[in-house]
Amino acid sequence: MAEAARQPAPVVPDASALSRKPTVVLIEDEPEIRRFLRATLLAEGCRLFEAATGEEGLREAEVRQPDIVVLDLGLPDMDGLDVIRRLRQWTGVPIVVLSARGQEHDKIAALDAGADDYVSKPFGVGELLARIRVSLRHAERTVREVGEPAFGVGELQVNLSQRRVVVAGNEVHLTPIEYRLLATLVKHAGKVLTHGQLLREVWGPPYAERAHYLHVYMAQLRRKVESDPARPRYLLTEPGVGYRLAAE
Amino acid sequence: MTEHRPDPEALLARAKEEEARKSRGRLKLFFGAAAGVGKTYAMLEAARVLRADGTDVVVGCIETHGRAETEALLDGLEVLPPRIVAYRSTTLKEFDLDAALARLPAVILVDELAHTNAAGSRHAKRWQDVLELLDAGITVYTTLNVQHVESLNDVVAKITGVIVRETIPDSVLERADEIELVDLPPDELLRRLEEGKVYLPQQAQEAIRNFFRKGNLIALRELALRRTAERVDAQMQAYMRDHAVVKTWPVTERILVCVSPSPLAAQLVRASRRLATRLGAEWIVAYVETPAHARLPQAARDRVVQTLRLAEQLGAETVTLSGPTMSEEILAYARARNVSKVVVGKPGRSLWRRIVLGSIVDALVRESGEIDIYVVSGEREAEPVKPAWVRPRPPDWPAYGLALGVVGLCTAIAWVTFPHVGLSNLIMVYLLGVVGVATRAGRGPTALASVVSVAAFDFFFVPPYLSFAVSDTEHLITFAVMLIVALVISGLTVRIRAQADSARQRERRIAALYAMSRELATTRDVDGLLETALRHLSEVFPGQLAVFLPDDAGRVAVRRTHPSQLPMDASELAVAHWVYEHRQVAGLGTATLPGARALYLPLVGSRGAVGVLGMTPAEPRSLESPEQLHQAETFANQMALAIERARLGEQAQRAEVRAEAERLRNSLLSSVSHDLRTPLATITGASSSLLESGELLGEATRQELLQSIHREAERLDRLVNNLLDMTRLEAGGVTVHKEWQPLEGVVGAALKRLESRLRDRPVRIDLPVDLPLVPIDAVLVEQVLINVLDNAVKYSPEGSPIDISAAAAGRAVTVEIADRGPGFAAGDEERVFEKFYRGGAAGAPGVGLGLAICRAVIDVHGGKMWAENRPGGGAVFRFTLPLGESSPDIPPTDG
Repeated sequence: MAEAARQPAPVVPDASALSRKPTVVLIEDEPEIRRFLRATLLAEGCRLFEAATGEEGLREAEVRQPDIVVLDLGLPDMDGLDVIRRLRQWTGVPIVVLSARGQEHDKIAALDAGADDYVSKPFGVGELLARIRVSLRHAERTVREVGEPAFGVGELQVNLSQRRVVVAGNEVHLTPIEYRLLATLVKHAGKVLTHGQLLREVWGPPYAERAHYLHVYMAQLRRKVESDPARPRYLLTEPGVGYRLAAE
Repeated sequence: MTEHRPDPEALLARAKEEEARKSRGRLKLFFGAAAGVGKTYAMLEAARVLRADGTDVVVGCIETHGRAETEALLDGLEVLPPRIVAYRSTTLKEFDLDAALARLPAVILVDELAHTNAAGSRHAKRWQDVLELLDAGITVYTTLNVQHVESLNDVVAKITGVIVRETIPDSVLERADEIELVDLPPDELLRRLEEGKVYLPQQAQEAIRNFFRKGNLIALRELALRRTAERVDAQMQAYMRDHAVVKTWPVTERILVCVSPSPLAAQLVRASRRLATRLGAEWIVAYVETPAHARLPQAARDRVVQTLRLAEQLGAETVTLSGPTMSEEILAYARARNVSKVVVGKPGRSLWRRIVLGSIVDALVRESGEIDIYVVSGEREAEPVKPAWVRPRPPDWPAYGLALGVVGLCTAIAWVTFPHVGLSNLIMVYLLGVVGVATRAGRGPTALASVVSVAAFDFFFVPPYLSFAVSDTEHLITFAVMLIVALVISGLTVRIRAQADSARQRERRIAALYAMSRELATTRDVDGLLETALRHLSEVFPGQLAVFLPDDAGRVAVRRTHPSQLPMDASELAVAHWVYEHRQVAGLGTATLPGARALYLPLVGSRGAVGVLGMTPAEPRSLESPEQLHQAETFANQMALAIERARLGEQAQRAEVRAEAERLRNSLLSSVSHDLRTPLATITGASSSLLESGELLGEATRQELLQSIHREAERLDRLVNNLLDMTRLEAGGVTVHKEWQPLEGVVGAALKRLESRLRDRPVRIDLPVDLPLVPIDAVLVEQVLINVLDNAVKYSPEGSPIDISAAAAGRAVTVEIADRGPGFAAGDEERVFEKFYRGGAAGAPGVGLGLAICRAVIDVHGGKMWAENRPGGGAVFRFTLPLGESSPDIPPTDG
């Protein structure tokens, strides 16, 4: 957020969701979906390059060196997962995946293959822009290799360098695992993290299948952080996929 | 009996008979009083007439006995070559059934219907061959003498003194479409006999000469004439019945014959058959199984089964009743079946026993009321006919050894005590030994022990010692009494033991049958059923068992075996198939195809054969007694009915599934046409007005139209999702990915997804902190919550609260979602879960799938979902999520 603030003021402040004018490669075979995405993204001031097939998309990504790739998983010529894997062989460019609802395993596979986030079809453009924004921000941070010690959203303040968690002005005491869990989410704030990713990060790779560890600690963490744990504001559940820390 | 109405069952039977007759060949019998009257000659003449008319006539087999005039008639007729069968040192010429079936002529001539086929033939008797020919649609001409008719068998024996072994069941005679009596006056027959024109086998010359006495011939001629007349009478009645049903419908009498295990029962059955035929009555042969039945010796029980078989062969309906008193059961059944006459045998009890115990006849007469009681006398049969395949049991040598050993032991004991005790007590020692043997071994060893005991007693303890000589003749009385006492005691002991054994065995079979029926009643699929049946059957009939079921082409194939595969090859399979097609028992130990390695029983259900049961008993004798065969048939019947029921069940289920699919398709079409088109109409309308007159619309209107497009599109999305979810759930395409997790997270996710719809709703959440983790698929359960909440929003007033709560009870967590809407109309609590059902206001949006999906999801989680009216108004939906048996490993706590 601090990064975003340093950017020059956008042409149309606030009305525009994207704070910088990124280059986007859109890989999507449905012309109608391309049409409205084109309208939206161009209106946001993006430089847009479209591809209707996976091969074409890979070529565009290589030639255009985009800031972000928006990829539909269901392509006519190749599996969307293969597109992700082939992109990841040479670039860390953020990838936001478009996928149908009810195919949670596809989303997990895409995220595990290296995608940064996903949007379920049908989606509103607002949702897609939010995901693009979060992914771009994380990419910038990675590029600069600068950790962001302080994170804040709503009443929740987390300072990673001081290991301090404050909710509504009161410091909250977390167990080491709770803190590691929260810290992992803070590092990827706004991005969905799969169960497997969180388990590997917090407990270590041997625990990648013990999803209920994660669920139990998430419940504990919510009781300490959320005002109403049953209607969380910060620690959001992505059913069947993972968890996300609200970034805004 | 005063019933004039046509009995519907009789009409049905008639219709069936006619149906069968159409496809069946016709049977024409040339019937005569004795050999030599010219039956074969008459048959050949008739065949020549047919041949001259161009009919396809084939001579299957003819015994011309070298008579020139008969052989001359064969000239120009096609004769099937006989099948040559090697029998001991000679060869026999037999009728070739398979060749006849392959040749498939219109008419075939088969001489000597009562002929017994050589060993190794398919059927034991020629009449069975003829039945198969008829079933194949071939018309058969055949010959028969009156003494071969089963029901007249004993009468003939009485007249002539000759017992005829080759008999045919009366039912075959009855099946004849035409009977031609070939008659020759006795004098003329005797003259032909003298002229040597009648063939007589050499070896039995004398007996047959006795047979051909004039008096006999007159009596036989009368029998033949009478039998033919009865037959003609029956045909006339049938004709009249067919052509003037109302007027001449006969007042059918029903005769009930009670048989006992006595050897006279067969006689009683034959006599009753004659009575029934004369009266034109239906007849039922009943056996009452009183508690005493279990105590009867095996031979007597076998006799009962044989008697009932005989009755069936003679065309009777047989029934086994059971009850404490014979007379009561008989009369109760007689009344139930509208029987007019009850036939019983003359009581066999001696006079004093009748005075003391009373007799069944007395009881029947006393209580019969309007039913006539006929008491028929019987005469002891020459000898009970034993089935050909009973082989004597080999002697049980170890038992004889045991008998001698016990006597030796007794002698040793007696030797030691001899100086101290008297002779009478020594006798007791021996008697004790004999009883001991009787409780362990059979009759033979026990008798041996008795005799040897007496001999040993004499040898060792009666002076002069160590000699069989007896000094005092008084001791001879001692020996005699000792021997008699030993034999009587041992006889009684052996019998009691045998009875106890057979009672136990029978009880075991009945228990097994009961257990099987009970288990079969709860088994639904055919394979499970067969496994159950074979398992139970193998407990009673140890050995190899197999069930053959027909495939789509109607060929039987092994479907299931127990405990391992039968020795199966093409010929065994052919036997099984024959049994399936003819619905008759065949194979090992029967009269048909006895060369097979297994016994094959048809599994006949109410609608025909459903399969075949093959049995290779571990001990070949175990299927030899008719009672055991009968038991096996009882099991087979149970299996057949169960298989049939399962098949019908499967069919019904398929039909139901089809009907359900049809109904669903219709509901789906109507839903799609209405509910999907409504949002589409809005979207199309709103977007087209934006396109066409966007300029002219005000900004506010444009926003409104855009919002309604967005809203309707979201609604369309929900509808389509529901339809897809439902389809996937129904097709079993949903993989349930259960993970242990807190319910709270799932509730939170659902509320988040419904954020905009719940904006103006106070949602109260009451989830206990100590709620256990539940093993659920988060995505599916989230959908349940979303659908129920969505439903609550739809059906309750704006701004009214929605309550979500959960509680653990036992090994399940119950979740409750309650609103303050109008609640349910009576009966709607269940119907809301039906597909495409929409409650309350007709205008409520949705396809009526949401709650059906919820229930399907909860079902796959093993829980239950239901709805109720909420106390104080509103609806409440509850569902349970079972925790299952195991619990998750608790993550290690830290900090």
